[in-house]
Amino acid sequence: MKDSSEESLSGENGRITGIFDKGAGLNVRRRIQTLWFTLFRGAALVNGFALGLILFFMLSRGWQAISWEFLTQPPRDSMTAGGILPCIIGTLGLALGAIAVALPIGVASAVYLNEYASSGKITRIIRLGISNLAGVPSVVFGLFGLAFFCIILGMGVSLAAGALTLGAMTLPVIIGATEEALKSVPDTYREASLGLGATRWQTIWRVVLPSALPGILTGAILGISRAAGETAPIMFTAAVFFTPKIPSSIMDEVMALPYHIYVLATAGTSIEQTRPLQYGTALVLIALVLGMNLVAIIYRSKLRKKMR
Amino acid sequence: MAVLRNRTEKAIHWLFLGIATVSIGILVLIMFFLFQEGLPIFKTVTLQEFVMGHYWYPTDDPADFGIFPLIVASLFVTLLSAVISIPLGVMTAVYLSEIASRKIAELVKPVVELLAALPSVVIGFFGMVLVGPFLQKTFGIPIGLNLFNAGLMLAFMSIPTICSIAEDALYSVPNSLREASLALGATELETIVKVIVPAGLSGICTAIILGMSRAIGETMVVLMVAGGAAMLPGSIFDPVRPMPASIAAEMAEAPFRGEHYHALFAIGIVLFLFTLAFNLVADQIAQRYRQSGEASL
Repeated sequence: MKDSSEESLSGENGRITGIFDKGAGLNVRRRIQTLWFTLFRGAALVNGFALGLILFFMLSRGWQAISWEFLTQPPRDSMTAGGILPCIIGTLGLALGAIAVALPIGVASAVYLNEYASSGKITRIIRLGISNLAGVPSVVFGLFGLAFFCIILGMGVSLAAGALTLGAMTLPVIIGATEEALKSVPDTYREASLGLGATRWQTIWRVVLPSALPGILTGAILGISRAAGETAPIMFTAAVFFTPKIPSSIMDEVMALPYHIYVLATAGTSIEQTRPLQYGTALVLIALVLGMNLVAIIYRSKLRKKMR
Repeated sequence: MAVLRNRTEKAIHWLFLGIATVSIGILVLIMFFLFQEGLPIFKTVTLQEFVMGHYWYPTDDPADFGIFPLIVASLFVTLLSAVISIPLGVMTAVYLSEIASRKIAELVKPVVELLAALPSVVIGFFGMVLVGPFLQKTFGIPIGLNLFNAGLMLAFMSIPTICSIAEDALYSVPNSLREASLALGATELETIVKVIVPAGLSGICTAIILGMSRAIGETMVVLMVAGGAAMLPGSIFDPVRPMPASIAAEMAEAPFRGEHYHALFAIGIVLFLFTLAFNLVADQIAQRYRQSGEASL
């Protein structure tokens, strides 16, 4: 501890002054700063290192499994050979179904919050609801989907039940992205339109939404990729271990990439034997999800540059 | 004409308000079905036995439905992940918002976003096939799938959450505060530690709580990596079975609307209440200590 008269000079945060010797010259303080900044930089680097490590291992071990056959054939010989086509189709179906549900509802919710609502009590409750919905664990969404869509609504284990469950989960993502997009539309647009005699709805439909469209699309892409990568919500509602046929209706059960990885890696008698297939499936899923994210990120940064 | 337009406008306004409440509707439905399917277990066991019971043998006859080891496992993996993710997440946020040049920040941010986008099953798979065996060899432990491994993997799932929210908080600290501190002769580091971080502290706390909420609810990672033993852990290298893992692993085998099925939904209630509490606390902090200009300092 330093003596308290000196402590009080540094205000209420005196407790952390220990690392800064106030008696020391600028040189020492600079050197301490360099040291700490290196630490901060290191922390940021750890993220890149982790991402790089995961991608490197999945790529180096998965690329051998990838072939035309792997991508276009169903599994054979009780899942120890063949491809993953039904999983790819199932995952695309689930993700697109989820976004078909979540996009209209999400965009409309965001329009209400950003364009109509005054900051009253109702808005506060709606926002609280959305942020809490975003925090619900994915496995709880699975339980909800099982009890509501599969059992009460009688959908059984099906593409439709899984897509609805994933849609409910993606909703906060879409609302967040859309709100950001709506906020970036300058108020002068709205004022000009209203000043010309357009109603509020006409303004939203003809002026605000078209200007926000690219941002909303970015959000939709992120939503699709989020839904495509989730496992827990579809475990009880849509995905099955193995089904030989490609789904022909939305009431069919499906195979899905994330669930396929989980099943191959944890269940069955030939875990070691199917290792290459597991890496291959993981690589396909990563390529799908990160690919969509990269598109969204690049697209968004272009948008932001244009806005400036 | 004007009357009609007005009426249409009103109708559209109400329509949108209706759609905006869908999120709340879903949240209410989630709670309703959790309770409907979960509460019947308390015909078999008391709440006390359920929450404090030390034995989870749901398929035995007679079955034991004590989820205390599962709760402890969830709390431990979350705490362990927090120990790793809080410093890394907050420091990355500080780096991005205060230290890195704009060009570098624009390179690092996508990295954090891509880390957030990695499907949880992939991270679980990575922890299972690579980190597990590595830990086993390095520390000479019998099982690589354990509390430590799960905490480590969860940390990298919550870092992006913590980092992005904390960065927003730091970013919204008014520039005049930075300038005032620097003008008084403080170095950049002193400005960060004594001015910027205290000013953004409520946002940073929100970030940390939401990151922990993400970790406690995460399913696939703990399902694949935590080891799955429903016992109280004796060390951080013991296998554990957190709550989400139990639900995900056992639901397929649980007979429809049998005791086990109800017990799993009841675990869902406990898990839901944990995350709800985390989120409400985070919301309270964000509301109460909202930084508005320099006035609130």
